[in-house]
Amino acid sequence: MANILKRPPIPPEDAETVIDVDDVSMIFNIASEQFNSLKEYFIAAMRHELKFKEFRALNHISFKVKRGEAFGLVGTNGSGKSTMLKIIAGVLEASEGTCTVRGTIAPLIELGAGFDMELTAKENIYLNGALLGYRKEFIDEHFQDIVDFAELQNFMEMPLKNYSSGMVARIAFAIATITEPDILIVDETLSVGDFLFQQKCERRIKELVDSDDVTVLLVSHNIDQVERLCDRVCWIEKGQERMVGPTDEVCAAYKNLGK
Amino acid sequence: MNAEKNAATISAKDAWYPPAKRDRFILKQLVSKDFKLKYRRSALGVVWSVLNPLLMMLVMAAVFGSFMRYNDPSLGNYAVYLILGNTAFQLMSDATSQGMNSIIWASSLLKKVKINRYVFPVQKVLFAVVNYGFSLIAIALVMVVERVPLTWTAILMPYALATLMVFCIGLSLLLSAAAVFFRDVIHLWSVVLTAWTYATPLFYPFKILPHWMQVAEHFNPMYIYITYIRDVVLYHTVPSVNMHIACLGFAVVALAIGYAVFHRHEHKFILYI
Repeated sequence: MANILKRPPIPPEDAETVIDVDDVSMIFNIASEQFNSLKEYFIAAMRHELKFKEFRALNHISFKVKRGEAFGLVGTNGSGKSTMLKIIAGVLEASEGTCTVRGTIAPLIELGAGFDMELTAKENIYLNGALLGYRKEFIDEHFQDIVDFAELQNFMEMPLKNYSSGMVARIAFAIATITEPDILIVDETLSVGDFLFQQKCERRIKELVDSDDVTVLLVSHNIDQVERLCDRVCWIEKGQERMVGPTDEVCAAYKNLGK
Repeated sequence: MNAEKNAATISAKDAWYPPAKRDRFILKQLVSKDFKLKYRRSALGVVWSVLNPLLMMLVMAAVFGSFMRYNDPSLGNYAVYLILGNTAFQLMSDATSQGMNSIIWASSLLKKVKINRYVFPVQKVLFAVVNYGFSLIAIALVMVVERVPLTWTAILMPYALATLMVFCIGLSLLLSAAAVFFRDVIHLWSVVLTAWTYATPLFYPFKILPHWMQVAEHFNPMYIYITYIRDVVLYHTVPSVNMHIACLGFAVVALAIGYAVFHRHEHKFILYI
């Protein structure tokens, strides 16, 4: 994705901090997942066997992202990148530490939240918009823009289940990027529709990235993209924060991992 | 998406409601979604919301009125007695059984977007209230056919409905949180609802109950709400001050307990769904 993307100008030193991740840890109790019935729970409780094995998906992670910055999160598979993203997006709550986010977020990670295949495309646009926190009047006003961008003018009254998966993804992308957020979260694995539509998505992301006010958070295990787009990078490995700093330094270290 | 489009009255930078105001629109969208899905591809559509309580009333009138002879003259009009009790109980049972599952059903959403979790149980209660609104048409039809007049006391009915709704919200919050951690609750609740149906004088007169049950009924919230509704609609009397306090009391206690439990555990939901 995104060969046209370039690093945005580095924001001034005194720029406002928009994402402040302060000593965040995420702990999952592995054993607790197995208690699905009251009986099992009480038997275990009676026998004092309610001890859980802790799994730290993230261990004391700290970084700050300034307004207008393009920030990358790198790490191998299963390193905790997605967990970190979910905490920033507000879906997960950190077990320890705090994560403060100032401004509106457009998370291009899980598109089409709440889409119901039985409803028509139009109904889904309003439903998904509401779940993303959009104003009703805003959707009313920009409805045509969303339809135009998704290039699905004649299909609005059709239930989504009759759509191809590419068409569903196009609608989802169009809704998610109709706004101008303060923070744009982009997942590298996001690729939508045919190559023509992918180019269109890239142009739209570039428009957002190029605007000075938008802070970009790119998540990737593909180092080339991160190098092209990001000013600074945080490298997380097995839940541990390895390095935070300028892209070139961190990427050089990350590339040495496999050698 | 073009530059000139940003000149519209709401700019793309101002697309969001402030966080505190989002829930209203979300609730509205979710209720309308449920409503559309419920009647999609049924020939009579929304008419079923009226027809269903009517048919239920006819069945119960046939079984309990003619066959079991619960049709006591002191009950007033038996058909109206039945439909008032049934619809109100149905409201509670729909609201709580749907509300109980709401968090589990919304799991894919809760894993994707930041959203106030309480909207799911509350939405299911609102949906049940919307359906109850349609059964009011059925009640009106029965009253017209049975020539039961409507007096000014009926204007008190919204008080019972509002407190009943709050009671259901409290119960749904509690059950939805419990169901996330222990799926047994789902199976248990359907048994509780059945027991509760028989323990509440829906189709039999209050006075056939043994003395200890009559005392116990005063702690049965559904008995209180249904009696209130029957008083103002069927018997044309104004309920006592104690009845008003009881309606409000059950609602406030249920909401307080439900909210406290829900709020205390909601941050752990995502690990169990």
